[in-house]
Amino acid sequence: MTTETKGRYGKFGGQFVPETLMTALQELETAYEEAQQDPAFSKELDYYLKEFVGRETPLFFAERLTKHAGGAKIYLKREDLNHTGAHKINNSLGQALLAIRMGKKKIVAETGAGQHGVATATACALLGLECVVFMGKEDIRRQELNVFRMELLGTKVVSVDKGSGTLKDAVNEALRYWVSNVEDTHYILGSALGPHPFPQIVRDFQRVIGDETRKQIVEHEGRLPDAVVACIGGGSNAIGMFHPFVDDQDVKLYGVEAAGSGISTGKHAAAIAGKQEGVLHGAYMYVLQDEDGFIQEAHSISAGLDYPAVGPEHCHLADIKRVQYDSVTDQQALEAVQLLSRVEGIIPALESAHAVYYAVQLAKEMKEDELLVICLSGRGDKDMQTVRDALGGQSI
Amino acid sequence: MTKKLVTQAIVQCNEQGDKAFVPYIMAGDGGLQTLKKTILFLQEAGATAIEVGIPFSDPVADGDVIQQAGERALAEGITLRKIMTELASFKEEVQIPLVIMTYLNPVLSYGLQSIAADCEASGVYGLIVPDLPLEESGLLKEALKNSEVALIQLVSLTSPAERIEAIAKAAEGFIYAVTVNGITGVRSSFTEGLEGHLERLKAASSVPVLAGFGISTPEHVRTLGGLADGVIVGSAIVTALHEGEYEKVRTLINASKNQLTNS
Ligand SMILES: Cc1ncc(COP(=O)(O)O)c(C=O)c1O
Repeated sequence: MTTETKGRYGKFGGQFVPETLMTALQELETAYEEAQQDPAFSKELDYYLKEFVGRETPLFFAERLTKHAGGAKIYLKREDLNHTGAHKINNSLGQALLAIRMGKKKIVAETGAGQHGVATATACALLGLECVVFMGKEDIRRQELNVFRMELLGTKVVSVDKGSGTLKDAVNEALRYWVSNVEDTHYILGSALGPHPFPQIVRDFQRVIGDETRKQIVEHEGRLPDAVVACIGGGSNAIGMFHPFVDDQDVKLYGVEAAGSGISTGKHAAAIAGKQEGVLHGAYMYVLQDEDGFIQEAHSISAGLDYPAVGPEHCHLADIKRVQYDSVTDQQALEAVQLLSRVEGIIPALESAHAVYYAVQLAKEMKEDELLVICLSGRGDKDMQTVRDALGGQSI
Repeated sequence: MTKKLVTQAIVQCNEQGDKAFVPYIMAGDGGLQTLKKTILFLQEAGATAIEVGIPFSDPVADGDVIQQAGERALAEGITLRKIMTELASFKEEVQIPLVIMTYLNPVLSYGLQSIAADCEASGVYGLIVPDLPLEESGLLKEALKNSEVALIQLVSLTSPAERIEAIAKAAEGFIYAVTVNGITGVRSSFTEGLEGHLERLKAASSVPVLAGFGISTPEHVRTLGGLADGVIVGSAIVTALHEGEYEKVRTLINASKNQLTNS
């Protein structure tokens, strides 16, 4: 379905990086190809995913949410039950094992919500790697406890106060650090972003979400779902969920971007909705930018969606209209946090709540015998402070 | 005779017994109105060409000094478009070639159709785009095809031999030899293998080789200049200009003169 010549997805993707990184990217590409062909590698990864992460994660029939929506049968893919609380660990572990194969003992990573940082710090602790994580100053404020978690896991967290002090600036710093330490350091990028081969590697390590879902829904229902919904930050949980379904034309795929205060206010993180193409962090993508090509700050209540671009494969899937991309506001996501907590006893991450809100609206328009799967990418523990502040105590 | 102006300026300088000296400035650091004054000063002080940096929101190849200069310029509202117009307004007074250093996204946003003609109209005869490696350079190369504007490629210490060869073969203007693994910024020392690396580069290349990144003292200018056809000095110039230390700039430039004996 998607064309993949030289790391391109249609016209998106590529390798727009300083020359100093080109050799590292080519090494990574080769090492990854070898790893893919080595059964011992997938065996080792599978072992850790099962015994350490706790996979497979359940595909849970959300009976009361289904009743509440009054339409399609809703299933939740419980990535929130992974060790460390989100899908991010699938990728961190895979890439950490890859780094070891390449003989690299040091890891650098960026983090937005802190979930990828915590997942990477965890993988590094497990496998005995040295780890430094760059995190925007604003995100450190929003996700204080995740900073403490990373430090407890033995990772050095470096605050980034440049630019907007959020995820994009953390990626800039991580890239600078990688350029300067490229000989002994691997960069574990946390979403399906960046220069080739990162979008492909991250997708492949997250594909386990979609592969399991496919198998599980057939076990539950004897058939594939009619709709699959996932939230989009850089796009890793969504691409991992979508990819095994891309060739099944009857399975409708929906990606949910963060509309922040509303698209019309300009304070949002919905790059696909913004429709402007450009280059950021090594790839040609849809990017929020002004008329001079300066990258704009993204805005979302959820730190994990607060990124001004969307990974290249999603851009292509949007272009060929295989996936429908829409957006959900901060307020709507907050509503969905409360809803899912009350009707299912599951407190979702603010990121995932974007998918939940959208899915409930979608389910209402679907028939009762239709099936809808939500990728519940993470749990809400990390967001309790943010949610409490946003609700001003009103719901409690 | 296309894309030769930058090359010629360096060759002529070398023929006179000097190494090329290309200062990097952050355009609009201190306000748009300072640009003319700075360029004319550097020309008078003996620069071979000038690398005019365009500020960007996400300068991943730059260290603290240039990032901060970029933030000051952004705060002044500086854009590629404004710089082009400003440069065109005093083009007649500039006899040395200007080279623009910008990240790719502002160029894409500016428009590939008009970039070549506008560069020529502004006295800009080279473009350095640090996030555009050889593999991705096709689109911009095409846009500059029938112009005097050279697309200048960087070579790094990590580039393996075949890559260096491929880059050297495609090179226009000069080769920008990055002398450290890392981003721009002042360094106290350079790696051991640098001499051999620069030698191999010079052997592979039909255009001059300039060393840049981390060069910050007259001593560096002499030693690294001695190993290449000249040097590019960024952060040290940006700092000196920001602090109004014009004599420091002259001392750096003077260190590149009467140098050819080493090579
Ligand atoms: C729980 C959760 N979901 C989703 C995301 C968004 O990232 P992506 O689009 O790569 O899945 C994040 C990012 O931190 C996250 O923590």
